[in-house]
Amino acid sequence: MTLTLDAPRIVTVDPLLELHGVNKSYGPVVALRNVHATVFPGEVLGIVGESGSGKSTLLRMMNLEETPDSGSYTLDLPDVDGNLFELDRFARRMLCATRIGIVYQNPHLGLLMKHSSSGNVAERLLVAGERRFAVLREKATDALAASEFPLERLDAPPIELSGGMQQRVQLAKAIALEPALLLLDEPTTGLDVSVQALVLDTLKRLQQDRKITMVIVSHDLGVIRTLADRVMVMRRGEVVEAGLADQIFQDPQHAYTQQLVHAKL
Amino acid sequence: MTPVLDIRGLTKGFTMHHLGQGFAAFDDISFAVAAGEFVLLKGANGAGKSTLLRTLYRSYLPQAGQVLFQSDHGLIDLARAADVDITHLRRTEIGFVTQFLVARPRVSAEALVAEPLRVAGVPAEEALVEARHWLRTFGVKENLWPAYPTTFSGGEQQKVNLARALIRPQKLLLLDEPTASLDANARAALVQRLADLKAQGTAMIGVFHHPGDVEHLIDRVVDLSPNAPATEDRHDVVV
Repeated sequence: MTLTLDAPRIVTVDPLLELHGVNKSYGPVVALRNVHATVFPGEVLGIVGESGSGKSTLLRMMNLEETPDSGSYTLDLPDVDGNLFELDRFARRMLCATRIGIVYQNPHLGLLMKHSSSGNVAERLLVAGERRFAVLREKATDALAASEFPLERLDAPPIELSGGMQQRVQLAKAIALEPALLLLDEPTTGLDVSVQALVLDTLKRLQQDRKITMVIVSHDLGVIRTLADRVMVMRRGEVVEAGLADQIFQDPQHAYTQQLVHAKL
Repeated sequence: MTPVLDIRGLTKGFTMHHLGQGFAAFDDISFAVAAGEFVLLKGANGAGKSTLLRTLYRSYLPQAGQVLFQSDHGLIDLARAADVDITHLRRTEIGFVTQFLVARPRVSAEALVAEPLRVAGVPAEEALVEARHWLRTFGVKENLWPAYPTTFSGGEQQKVNLARALIRPQKLLLLDEPTASLDANARAALVQRLADLKAQGTAMIGVFHHPGDVEHLIDRVVDLSPNAPATEDRHDVVV
């Protein structure tokens, strides 16, 4: 038995991101069932759950890589109206390139591995219409510096870089256009612990200095605890519980969340 | 005078699904705290003192009752306030002090202490100057300021934690045994800081293993032991 929470009264700005009643099935497999999500400007939302819980599918929908069977998606941004799932392919691509940044667990998904690192970042700027070489170079360098990428390696292709460095190139590409929304899909999974700490620290710094709204998906509860203000717990395509990060970890309500939290080392 | 915090009929228990059972932490707690007032929570281990503090901070979800907080934005019930509102209040008006530092990899002691000010919009340089002042006050050696507290001893970590938790004056401060295992100098610095904050009007609710440390600050004692009288004046209480 718990109390039902009120609508926000102090924070009166509209949410930046809202998902309503999102459903998705792949044949007989239900990937998402009636998912609602709200993220306020400057907030970091963590999504946790085991493999197959639908958390990565949900993130791909936020990046408009997939459309659901039903449901709506809105971003409260100037010149962005209506249900984003209904945009045509061109408008969708433009919105993603200019307003949404994403970092994948697998750098191959986000980068051209044999092009230079600065070129990878500049490509994002090109898509948005920038054509002046000096500006491209300068902005790409700025974004890489903000991601704490070593600038003497600007021209190195990602394929020659370590995993941690590849994630920094992805991050630089994601933030080059100062997106309203940064999506992170297991950004530190597979990195060794010391490199993981560096990437987390960079993300935390970006969050503080730039107030970027973030959604981070991870099965690593430590990562979520470090970064997220609020946490959504998913299981079999459904949101079983959502709340303040410390509340989810210290006073989980749902049986599944209790199991998950107690399984952490 | 309107109290800063008015707790009415607050009830908290836990359900442990894997055991298929629940247990009550406390039941039907009511008391109020005014600006500049210091309330000591009393009761044996397991009486629910820390649980009450965490429930007020909303790390725990209450099951019934109200926690009416007089915020800068008007009266708000912390038991039912939206998560974003709670996050906002924690950044601006409500502080929580424990004895444990939550260190983050590769973040220096001074950056960790400055963080609450940075979040509140204080410029980096100014926040750092203030952070160093509090690290010095709590007796953290200067050569440790730029170091990462993950490797500090328990005592040093605790001092960093106090500096961080108390750097920013709050309207309501929840204290969960902040003096445990502190050395005498740090304890004196802490008591002085609490006295100053109290004089500035901060309302405080605290749990102390050795309430003697803060004896002269205590205005009232609330006993959480089963069957205890609801609240008592401090004069008739042996602390």
